[in-house]
Amino acid sequence: MTRFATPQELDAHRQELVEGRAADRPCVSVCAGAGCLASGASEVIAAFETELAAQGLDADVDTRGTGCPGFCERGPVVVLHPKETCYLQVTPEDVPEIVSRSLKGHEVVERLLYEDPATGERVAREADIPFYRQQERTLLSSNIRIDSRSLDDYLAIGGYAALVKAFEIGPEAVLEEIKTSNLRGRGGAGFPAGRKWEGSRDAPDEPKYVLVNADEGDPGAFMDRALLEGNPHSVLEGLMIGGFTIGAKEGYIYVRQEYPLAVKNVVHAISQAEARGLLGENILGSGFDFTIKVHKGAGAFVCGESTALMTALEGRVGEPRPKYVRSNVKGLWGKPTVLNNVETWANVPLIVDRGAEWFTRIGTDGSKGTKIFSLVGKITNTGLVEVPMGMPLDDIIHGIGGGIPDGKAFKAVQTGGPSGGCLPAEMLHLEVGFDELADAGSMMGSGGMIVMDEDNCMVDVARYFIDFLTEESCGKCLPCREGLRQMHGILTNICAGQGRDGDIETLEELSEVLSEASLCGLGQSAANPFLSTLRYFRAEYEAHIAEKRCPALSCKELTSYWIDPEKCKACLLCMKACPSQGIEGGKKQIHVIDQDKCDACGVCLEICPAKFDAVRKFSGEPVPDPLPMADRVLTKGAGK
Amino acid sequence: MNEAVMDRERVDRIIDEHGAEADALIQVLLDVQGENHWLPQDALDRISERLEVPPALVQHITTFYKAFSLVPKGRHQVHVCLGTACHVRGAPRVLDTVQELTGLGPGETDVDLKFSLETVNCLGCCALGPVLEIDGKTHGKVSTARTEDVLKNYE
Repeated sequence: MTRFATPQELDAHRQELVEGRAADRPCVSVCAGAGCLASGASEVIAAFETELAAQGLDADVDTRGTGCPGFCERGPVVVLHPKETCYLQVTPEDVPEIVSRSLKGHEVVERLLYEDPATGERVAREADIPFYRQQERTLLSSNIRIDSRSLDDYLAIGGYAALVKAFEIGPEAVLEEIKTSNLRGRGGAGFPAGRKWEGSRDAPDEPKYVLVNADEGDPGAFMDRALLEGNPHSVLEGLMIGGFTIGAKEGYIYVRQEYPLAVKNVVHAISQAEARGLLGENILGSGFDFTIKVHKGAGAFVCGESTALMTALEGRVGEPRPKYVRSNVKGLWGKPTVLNNVETWANVPLIVDRGAEWFTRIGTDGSKGTKIFSLVGKITNTGLVEVPMGMPLDDIIHGIGGGIPDGKAFKAVQTGGPSGGCLPAEMLHLEVGFDELADAGSMMGSGGMIVMDEDNCMVDVARYFIDFLTEESCGKCLPCREGLRQMHGILTNICAGQGRDGDIETLEELSEVLSEASLCGLGQSAANPFLSTLRYFRAEYEAHIAEKRCPALSCKELTSYWIDPEKCKACLLCMKACPSQGIEGGKKQIHVIDQDKCDACGVCLEICPAKFDAVRKFSGEPVPDPLPMADRVLTKGAGK
Repeated sequence: MNEAVMDRERVDRIIDEHGAEADALIQVLLDVQGENHWLPQDALDRISERLEVPPALVQHITTFYKAFSLVPKGRHQVHVCLGTACHVRGAPRVLDTVQELTGLGPGETDVDLKFSLETVNCLGCCALGPVLEIDGKTHGKVSTARTEDVLKNYE
């Protein structure tokens, strides 16, 4: 493999690649992202390779493991090029049929196509599936066009052209472009990247560093993982452009070790770039030297905070420090350091390549470009969605997401990770953007969007996040360490039916101290989950405290289960499944839950066949008395 | 092989791979943890000596970060995801069931070193929640009832 010594050599190679690849050459793309792999994608890829060979097509059809296209709900996802036929939930057993009918022949396998739940209509082309059609996929679209481990694939779609352009126009012009684009940090706070870069560029100290924050700790958010796994070179290219602009020769990628595939793919991409002269000394003859190292995070949420991340990189305990001097002036090893998140870096090559003017055409006044959200929880189409900033929440949740499954009602959407907030149905008209979400009491965060339905208790959700943050507080400053512990105790009591008058006021007081007096962003925003649920769902708090009732029938200690004797068919299923042996009954004998033995695990409700639907939940009201023994004999035929 | 110790050569090899630099401490510890599933005291002593970092700092690091374990781990690592997406889909009940079936609390290992139970805050497979991961294999959409079937397959 040769090193590219000049931009011309790189371009010549790219030209060769593009010409050598017939646009209509058949290719099987299988998503090899973590979600699809968990659903069995590697077996599907192996099955395609075997089957293509068996049917004599292996010379004419390529097989490719791509990055995540986002539709994780229906994985493993298979796309047949050039027609872009999209098959969902493919198993290895489906593969021989796909190969013989769709690759040898020209038919589609109807049953594997997307079916529109409203019309029952089948959709063959990937781009026509409603989940994709309403998105604007400037970042994610590359994920499916390339093999995540192939540099040539990235080059063939125009990769590293932005780096070449940056070399041509020079660092000042690149900085100007990033500033004009008003690219704001995708990691949480939304700080303008251009201003951050400028601060480092102007700082007199040497050497300078550029860092990728891939410590995606927000539970329920996985867009950075998808980008790093699926298109690692785009992140490297962004980082190189950043390094070139501020005058850094070293870059680091801080990636959490819980993402082994992302680590593997990015390490692989770095070695490829080094081998081809895209990293190292005098890159493409520009005189710019640059190296990138990967640092695995050992599991600490606080390390997503900029100063804590930098101390962790130095090999120490990841605790934040006060930011009297910003880290872009005094950061890693006390030197000027630009830290941006994965998605921010991935946007950089696009902006340099297509221009700030293109970027600012997308989005709202304050928030430009697209944003990837991970749409999860109680939502029909779980997955990653990339939309222009300014799209109303409702369009994302009910349009792209397909609404709430099982006929349940929407209750809230939680955005911004643990320090974000919950927004109720009245706020669904809200256009997503940094400032819009902050004004509504939530935040953009890294883009987690967790949808909740009527069965989710908002007090429990607040307790969950405070619990998470209590665990993750590094303990350095007192307001965060002790304040969260106290809040957690009070919220746990409320959920357990031991709430007292005055609890809400105490929580409010603690919240104020946390946000005013904590050292870093973790503590300052830690009360948000409580404050936002209180703002929009105060009645639920009051029901828990005053009536000892959980309106969502979710809090275990406040919920009782009861079997409706009118509906029970004495099928024995729940009796056998109950882990506490708390259900009395027998053949042709109506089942009754012994309330003293029941620990409200919910197995009986889960296992009771939907056609009987005999188990009910109660909260805040007494469970009807059990049937006297004599009346428990099932008179009507037991089941059918 | 005696499970309580990790031979010095393996530790030295990992240290050498990272150039025996003090700022590689976390990376060395992660690799040792990755190979051995826990950090025996003699390995920590060796790392402290070779990287020239005080044992107190090693102790600080290994107790601060969640990836590290100072006690032996079971043959099967059970991770129950408690990320938000899994939480709203009933992960706490899955955790209850696993605790009941194994008799372990989070962070514990049973005496015959069969299972170690840990909770994690998101494995990034939110579409499959609630998720249970055993020895790196993801089991998606587990119900309380299915959890038992999954655990039964491990010896």
